[in-house]
Amino acid sequence: MENTVLITILAAAVTAGTPILYAALGEIICERSGVLNLGVEGMMLVGAVCGYMVAVRSASPWAGFLVALLAAGALAAIFAFLTITLRANQVVTGLALTIFGTGVSGFLGKPYIGIPLPLSFKKAPIPVLSDIPLLGPVFFSQDVLVYLSYILVPLLGYYLYRTRWGLNLRAIGENPAAADALGVNVFALRYTYVIIGGMLAGAGGAYLSLAYAPSWLENMTAGRGWIAVALVIFAFWDPFRAVLGAYLFGGVDALTYTLQASTNIQVPVFFLKMMPYVLTVIVLIVVTRHTLAKRVGAPAALSIPYDREER
Amino acid sequence: MTAPLVEMRGITKTFPGVVANEDVNLAVYAGEIHALLGENGAGKSTLMSVLTGLYRPERGEIYFEGQKVSFRSPRDAINKGIGMVHQHFRLVAPFTVTENVALGLKGGFNLNLNKIAQEIGELSREYGLEVDPQARIWQLSVGEQQRVEIIKLLYRKARVLILDEPTAVLTPQEARELYRTLKKMAEQGCAVVFITHKLQEVMEAADTITILRAGKTVATVKKQDTSEKELARLMVGRELKGLRQKPAASRSATVLSIEDLRVLNDKGLEALKGINLTVAAGEILGIAGVAGNGQRELAEAVAGMRTIVAGRITIAGRVLEQGNPLEAINAGVGYIPADRLDMGLVPNLGAVDNLLLKEYRQERWGKTFIDRRQVRLWARELVERFKVRMAGLDVPVKLMSGGNLQRLLLAREISTCPRLLVAEYPSRGLDIGATEAVHRLLLEQRAAGAAILLISEDLEELFRLADRIAVMYEGEITGLVDTAAARVEELGLMMAGAKRMEVGA
Repeated sequence: MENTVLITILAAAVTAGTPILYAALGEIICERSGVLNLGVEGMMLVGAVCGYMVAVRSASPWAGFLVALLAAGALAAIFAFLTITLRANQVVTGLALTIFGTGVSGFLGKPYIGIPLPLSFKKAPIPVLSDIPLLGPVFFSQDVLVYLSYILVPLLGYYLYRTRWGLNLRAIGENPAAADALGVNVFALRYTYVIIGGMLAGAGGAYLSLAYAPSWLENMTAGRGWIAVALVIFAFWDPFRAVLGAYLFGGVDALTYTLQASTNIQVPVFFLKMMPYVLTVIVLIVVTRHTLAKRVGAPAALSIPYDREER
Repeated sequence: MTAPLVEMRGITKTFPGVVANEDVNLAVYAGEIHALLGENGAGKSTLMSVLTGLYRPERGEIYFEGQKVSFRSPRDAINKGIGMVHQHFRLVAPFTVTENVALGLKGGFNLNLNKIAQEIGELSREYGLEVDPQARIWQLSVGEQQRVEIIKLLYRKARVLILDEPTAVLTPQEARELYRTLKKMAEQGCAVVFITHKLQEVMEAADTITILRAGKTVATVKKQDTSEKELARLMVGRELKGLRQKPAASRSATVLSIEDLRVLNDKGLEALKGINLTVAAGEILGIAGVAGNGQRELAEAVAGMRTIVAGRITIAGRVLEQGNPLEAINAGVGYIPADRLDMGLVPNLGAVDNLLLKEYRQERWGKTFIDRRQVRLWARELVERFKVRMAGLDVPVKLMSGGNLQRLLLAREISTCPRLLVAEYPSRGLDIGATEAVHRLLLEQRAAGAAILLISEDLEELFRLADRIAVMYEGEITGLVDTAAARVEELGLMMAGAKRMEVGA
């Protein structure tokens, strides 16, 4: 009995962590290229609503997912134009993007509140693997988007650390002038990675509206975009550590629901709902102390626009 | 001789408000070391940035092996075999040497760092550029980092190597090693261009010299046909007066005394490991050493800006308390930080406000509100006295040239008649004229009885100004000599940590 509760919570942790994971992976790519995009929350919401609209109309969650990527990517492209080409302040532009995304998603989603999704991403246990004790029910009895994230993490890790393009990506975030002097196209690459980062944020949003809680609610990300931004710092801009962090936050999220449901523990609901955000603050304090002590930290050129002819 | 490997004809490049290059010509041949000589702001770096595709000129043509070329980006220049070592190295600090070399290379998706590391090893042996391919850049000394920059270019089979003030960060010994490497590269058929404003260096290392002045080509001469004196005249455009021999020191009471001082750097590591120094009134104590060996921390500690871990700083009999700049100011410390526009002045404020920064507490400007009219009059007077040229008293100082910024900073620090003046690289990045002015001001203060702690990388400057020279290496004083008895080679060895002498006097 104890065991099944644990398994349920752990499985829920993975599910709840997945949207944060997608968004955090996207932000890692973006920040590694030297661009700080605080519009994650907005891009997630736009991804969630656009994905939902298309999925309702086409009755295909995959079509919805794809459109979510494109819509959030388009939003990121606007951000890229403002911050890379026009060299606008990245923090302010990112905040504006979140506000814009929140408003637009609320407006677009109004007619879809309460309309059911004909077909969502359902749990699809993988044969054989899902029979492994503990690991099976926790990791391999999920939906296909969760499995996709399993593949994405090592892929991204390999790309970052083992390939030429990954080297260039890390370099433009650390020292764009050095990369530029060696013929790396800083502007084109930053555009690319900002847009890919946005698409992944959109994927995180779509996961919420198409798999996690198949429905559309205004502001349904509830700060997960911000948690993803914090998670990037927690993860030291490393995709593998991001998995850990995402499931930790997912776990707290899941635990909140379990505790709410259980009758024998009396904790105020609002206190429980506060937990993920409190955890974010605590984790950031701990990690910041750690990063100061060691020589790890943000990409050196993060949030600094690159200007080749600057004197 | 055959046709030049690279030729630039009629290059013009302007920046908003400045013509950096105007109708400049340059021809560089394979197998020669070509010096590009000129004062700061003469347009040397700009010209080379045009050649490497970083800047695009408004007018002019570039020919490579007789073919007209047009570089749209650094990649085009690299593909032709033209590479540059910038004054501020373009290295990615958290990356390894190998990763820095591999950056931007074409090739497959996967990265074979081991193979590249091996090739780096071979190159460094061939050219005498010793460096560990697995080391991370931030772990390397400045000299080693420069070698990485050169290896980067050699790895890309560069045929034209451009170096921007390559010896500015090196000890004399390291500089000589660099010259040997450059000679080897020229022998292999490369063309080497180096930018400099040091005449001595030109005479030592160059074959051909092109002189730029105020963005224009003045002349191209062979080394054997010229002299240091002629080059100086061509570069500055007038005869140099040369500094009068400095009068003998009238050393009297000790003003600054530092006992067993220990402080940490920004990373929390020990930057000063027990320093003992004294400076007397009317004396200039020079601190020599490659930057980053604790000089900055020493200056900041004396200026009251850095927490003292152990030891004691006494200024004119007053023991300086823990990191309190106001107390240092009250004790009579004037401080000229290395970074004029960062720590020295507020870039977006005008000259009046910048001058007032240290003075505003004085009651003569008003008790509660500042009497702006009186302040302006005072500021104008100072600006005239120190010959600071500017567009206006309220124009943001960041628009001023380096020499004028330094004059303004000196005006503020000297106007309070300091007992002790801490000058950190006061002539760094200044042209000959501005450097002369700074030197004159420092000697005036010395004559007026101020004690001066002069931190510099430029041995020539130290020999000219200092009464005694102390050498710093890794947070320790490795030597302290009277300037009259000092030898460059010896100081160089101490700067590199290869030699140490008992510090007596």
